Amino acid sequence: MAVQYLAANRFGLGRRFDDPAVSDPQGWLTRQLDEYDSAPAALAGLAGREAIANAYAEYRDERQAMRREMATAEGEDAMPQMAQRMARAGFRRYYAEAAGARLAAAIATPTPFPERLVHFWANHFAVSADKQTVVGFAGDYENMAIRPHIMGKFSDLLIAAVRHPAMLLYLDQAQSFGPDSVFAARIRNRGSRQAPGLNENLAREVMELHTLGVRTGYTQADVTSFAKALTGLTVAGFGRAAGPRFMPADARPGDILFIERLHQPGAQTILGKKYDQPRGQQAEAVLRDLAVHPATARHVATKLARHFTTDNPPTSLVDRLTRDFERSGGDLPSLYRVLIASPETWTGAPMMFKSPWDWCVSMLRSLKAPALGERQNIAAMFTQLGQPVWRPGSPKGYDDMVATWAGSAALMQRVELASRIAGRIGDRVDARQIAPLVLADALPPETAQAIARADSPGQGLAMLFASPAFLRR
Amino acid sequence: MILSRRSIILSGISVAAAGALPGFAYAAAATPKRLVFVIQRGAADGLATVAPTGDPAFAAARRAMADETAGGAKIDPMFTLHPALAATAGLYTRRQAHFAHAVATSYRDRSHFDGQNMLEGGGSRPYGRDDGWVGRLLTLLPAAERDAIAIAPAVPLAMRGSVQVGTYAPSRLPQADADLIARLTALYQDDPLLNPLWDSAIRTQELASDIGGNNGRNGADLGKLAASLMLPADGARVMMVETGGWDTHSGQRGRLAAQLRGLDQLVGALQTGLGAAWTDTLVIVATEFGRTVEVNGTGGTDHGTASTAMLLGGGLAAGGTVSADWPGLNTAARYEGRDLKPTRSLESVIAGAVAHHYALDPQRVMTTLYPDV
Repeated sequence: MAVQYLAANRFGLGRRFDDPAVSDPQGWLTRQLDEYDSAPAALAGLAGREAIANAYAEYRDERQAMRREMATAEGEDAMPQMAQRMARAGFRRYYAEAAGARLAAAIATPTPFPERLVHFWANHFAVSADKQTVVGFAGDYENMAIRPHIMGKFSDLLIAAVRHPAMLLYLDQAQSFGPDSVFAARIRNRGSRQAPGLNENLAREVMELHTLGVRTGYTQADVTSFAKALTGLTVAGFGRAAGPRFMPADARPGDILFIERLHQPGAQTILGKKYDQPRGQQAEAVLRDLAVHPATARHVATKLARHFTTDNPPTSLVDRLTRDFERSGGDLPSLYRVLIASPETWTGAPMMFKSPWDWCVSMLRSLKAPALGERQNIAAMFTQLGQPVWRPGSPKGYDDMVATWAGSAALMQRVELASRIAGRIGDRVDARQIAPLVLADALPPETAQAIARADSPGQGLAMLFASPAFLRR
Repeated sequence: MILSRRSIILSGISVAAAGALPGFAYAAAATPKRLVFVIQRGAADGLATVAPTGDPAFAAARRAMADETAGGAKIDPMFTLHPALAATAGLYTRRQAHFAHAVATSYRDRSHFDGQNMLEGGGSRPYGRDDGWVGRLLTLLPAAERDAIAIAPAVPLAMRGSVQVGTYAPSRLPQADADLIARLTALYQDDPLLNPLWDSAIRTQELASDIGGNNGRNGADLGKLAASLMLPADGARVMMVETGGWDTHSGQRGRLAAQLRGLDQLVGALQTGLGAAWTDTLVIVATEFGRTVEVNGTGGTDHGTASTAMLLGGGLAAGGTVSADWPGLNTAARYEGRDLKPTRSLESVIAGAVAHHYALDPQRVMTTLYPDV
């Protein structure tokens, strides 16, 4: 068993060049659960919610102003100018900065196992930055909703994820209104045919993706009722028609609010249980029940097991995690301990294929010299590698399967990036020394030999990063 | 293609598209001297590049590969130039090429990594220096002649030092070179997942290979690019060009011919592109070490010691000659019984050529370029 390799790569994010040798891999991983710092230095100084919300508002206003200009402007001269101004929009810069900080945090972290879990949970509760409103918030979402809650109960993590502007905007909750709410009634009374109504997107995805899992017995009626319970939950500064009129005077852009007048009054019945709590407590009560539902336990257990074993995780591991989830009420560190202690996560083959993110992070962790230029656009690099940061394109997040990442063009792209990095710093590092460090007890003799026989230090480094064991975890 | 030096991002990766830049007047440069260092990474076989066909032990040692240079220019009673070096042979007859044979740095082991580090750093032990001989040479040159650039994604060790050096790499993401791809093919051979993926990646991807590829045209393109960067009045004056793919452990005959064809076209394109400026240009071609005298079991040669360095240009001290204190090739004459024995230091060849080129004091050049040797 290649325990050193598995601890560093399957559980961690790859060994850092300056990591000391680990004599007790399981103890090392367990200690990280206590040593985890949810606010690492690399993330300090990122823009906060209000600044991000304001930047979006500026962009929106400017876009409207430009549309008016466009309507009067002659010909197409205004087009490139417009594109330029849009590209400069502040919230895009916030996205780029947050993506860069995410990478810096992953490279620097002394607790790579929890850091991997941050990435795992951010992907489980995925938002996708292809929506303009989400772009600026994506980093804040991971840092403020996910990071502080990965060492608590699953229910608290779920609630934190749902109660972030990124999620509420991504899954249209800011446009969901109780059909019988005060707000809707007022619009109807005005004689408008298009009364505001329910948007089920968030309710459905919470049930299907975040908690119970698809086809686990909930019905359309459950989704509708849950969507009604969620109404009233919204983001200041982003609501459309509801807009400023219903916002409390002291609400700052980006604040999460419960606005009674948007909420569907009355009790809701979901999965056979009646919820008649007042105000926002109704939705929270539903979320707390969903978070500890047996179907949720199995769904989460399966995803965790897959992430730490392979496409089709062993039933024994899924069962053990499910039981632990049910027993502990979804205590996340307890699940992590099960993963550490389970023999199934420590079997050598078949190994997972690293995602582009994992591969890149492990490569950069292994190098002392700065492998990327200061001008390197981090977000663009991951887009090129096929895994744009916080932009999986759907609320399902990135698939956690070997076939998702192991493609021929993707492989060539990795070889090219490895070559480029090797070209930059290859003669300042010795791949012959790094290889046994990072691949540890899983360094195949053929790889060691191929590296030693490379025709230049740079080529040796590129071969290490493109070697079969380095591509996997 | 003419590129403004201002478009070159110092130590960066990308460069603005050439087409978007204004053209340059072909004004005479105020500072005529130009230096190009072409590094052959991977240990080029000097015994096949400038073959000692006059040595009685040569044919026996090279066996089936003894005729590798058949048809090449007989430049000396002892030496035959590889037939792929046609343009270079032309330069030789015009006294614009010189070959220093049986030369090596002070490095005596056989690791590419360490050998290249010594060749570039110019130190007395591997990883002994953080700067390189070209970088130190720049400090001896007048400010106007220090404009230096490397055709590489980052500044190579040879050019590092106190003077800032630019880099230029084609704006497209540099593709993995053909040699790396071949090595990975071998590494993935028994991997059931990677082997088929890699196979299809290679099939579908149009690969820009290194200088040997595309029947030498890649070398010509590189030479053209180099000339365009050096020709303008405010262009680069010192340049380093990287070439790889010289590690011919197997199938040397075809591979080396392709490599040398690429190198020959690189030199030819550089000369053509520089025009009259060629008179004031010195090109140094060198590799980290040579290859074994004997052919191995796979039609190739293994890591050796001494090799050949080339000096090319319009103003050489000893153009049209081969310089060698020839050690002989019989087993007793070889270094450790297997390699061409170094009889002259590559450092002194480089320092001597540079001193002559810039009309600098040879001793001062030697102690600046190779302070530890």
